[in-house]
Amino acid sequence: MVEVQHVTKRYGSLTAVDDISFRVEPGEILGFLGPNGAGKTTTMRILTGFLPATEGHARIAGFDVFDHPLEAKRRTGYLPETPPLYPEMTVEEYLRFVARINGLPSSEGRRQAGLAMERTRISDMADRFCGKLSKGYRQRVGLAQAILHNPDVLILDEPTAGLDPRQIIETRRLIRELAGDHTVILSTHILPEVSQTCQRVVIINRGRVVAVDTPDNLTARLQGSQTVYLQIDAPGADVVAALQAVPGVARVSEVEGRDGDTGYEVESSDGGDVRRELSHAVVTRGWGLLELRPQQMSLEDIFLQLTTEEPPSDLAQSDDGTAPDAFALSTEEGVHE
Amino acid sequence: MHLRYPRKKESMSNVLALAHKELRAYFVSPMAYALFGFFALLFGWFYIASMNVMLQYSMGQFGQGPQAVNLNEFMIRPLFGNTAIILLMMLPFLTARAYAEEKRSGTMELLLTSPLSDLQIIIGKFLGAMTLYVLMLSLTLIHVGILFWYGDPEWGPIASGYLGLLLMGGSFISVGLAISSMTQNQMVAGLSTFAVLLLFWIINWIGDASGSTTQTVLSYLSILEHFDDFSKGVIDTTHVTYYVSFIATGLFLTAKSLDSARWNG
Repeated sequence: MVEVQHVTKRYGSLTAVDDISFRVEPGEILGFLGPNGAGKTTTMRILTGFLPATEGHARIAGFDVFDHPLEAKRRTGYLPETPPLYPEMTVEEYLRFVARINGLPSSEGRRQAGLAMERTRISDMADRFCGKLSKGYRQRVGLAQAILHNPDVLILDEPTAGLDPRQIIETRRLIRELAGDHTVILSTHILPEVSQTCQRVVIINRGRVVAVDTPDNLTARLQGSQTVYLQIDAPGADVVAALQAVPGVARVSEVEGRDGDTGYEVESSDGGDVRRELSHAVVTRGWGLLELRPQQMSLEDIFLQLTTEEPPSDLAQSDDGTAPDAFALSTEEGVHE
Repeated sequence: MHLRYPRKKESMSNVLALAHKELRAYFVSPMAYALFGFFALLFGWFYIASMNVMLQYSMGQFGQGPQAVNLNEFMIRPLFGNTAIILLMMLPFLTARAYAEEKRSGTMELLLTSPLSDLQIIIGKFLGAMTLYVLMLSLTLIHVGILFWYGDPEWGPIASGYLGLLLMGGSFISVGLAISSMTQNQMVAGLSTFAVLLLFWIINWIGDASGSTTQTVLSYLSILEHFDDFSKGVIDTTHVTYYVSFIATGLFLTAKSLDSARWNG
């Protein structure tokens, strides 16, 4: 339903989006995850035809957003980061205006505006001026505006930003409801949002796709190589070299412990459990083993790991020293079709 | 699976929806009322002033003795001339918000991601502003009506004068919209529009000393120069062409500016 192929966007010497590719299947909810300034909004703006890409192609329902902008835009509903409301219009007037510029005849526009207000639970606000609404209601009017003309594709830029917890839950439920008839792309920098709402995640950082997968797979695959945290009392000894020598260990790095002591993070290759071997190695050398525990990787860690510039333990550099951007997850399944 | 609608009348309907929205925005804010009120006040003032001049002429206070004066020549023509000056000062405020405010508040993103072409947006906004201008101008029909009631003016020069005002006002609006599309700041838009229009008014003032060719060119560019014939009752295609190309240039610049904003973010 949505296809993005090698899209790049440059502003002068600044590259906001760098060779991004992914696709979204009909009815799917795709989460677009990344830190602020990663290029999420730019990518969405390219998809909605607000910005042209410097290179590459984006298609909505088969229509190139650059070559056939009107056809693509007709099939797209878009909620920008700030809901684009006219303060001097009432909610209903606003929705009917949006219906008209989307080409719906007046009577149909009135009907769809009513439906959209019902779905987003703002019917009781119909006669209020948009300029007088609270942030939460503004966001919902923005959402109503996006779904008004029954678009095939919904593009939502941080749809839950600025909402209170209850509204967030309602909005996520609404988005899941919408997913049946619509293909949804939503951006967020909140991780639970992705695991709760999305079927697939694109993690984007510094304008590049770092990973594309389901939230579960993402967690599972990164846990495939296990990390163990060790704290060892061995004054003056070369602990790193010693641990590195243990069979099954991929990489050892020195990290700051909780109380300022030096600790070590050990990554095992191919997901094997090396705790026994590690403790043996420490004990036979006569060092004191103060702490040994496996590191659980939450989606949060994965996100940080994938998006931090130089993480203390970078999985991606484990074997062949390739850059994190080329990390294996990003390509195989999701990206290149 | 989804609803699809016939597209034939759609493009015009989109334009009208936008024009209607524009017009509405003027009336829900104090803008339209301030504009109408002060325009009516200033126009009324000039109306009385030119009536006084005419009365003084007709009563022979300039030394020629009482005489019949031509209402068109002595009253209506100066009045149209003065109206042009009011417009020059007021219309920049009418157009300043058109694009600048949409860009500032982010609603431009709504328009540009809706199935509207740039041309539809540009025409819609122009129509909206023109409609407000026409409504504003129609206030003066009352004054002209009074002239017809008490006097016997020729209607030809009046009609051509209004045509001239429409074309000239259209040019002012078109420049104002183009400048509004280049900034997010209404103040900057209004001020720049006023400065540009003023420049086009006085552009031929420096021509006198600099040779006849320059003079001809600068005179041709001067935006008020072309208006005089209309108020005399002459509809010259040169002048019509001038204003129509002026309007077209403004709209074209708006299109360019929207497009370039898109590329440069």
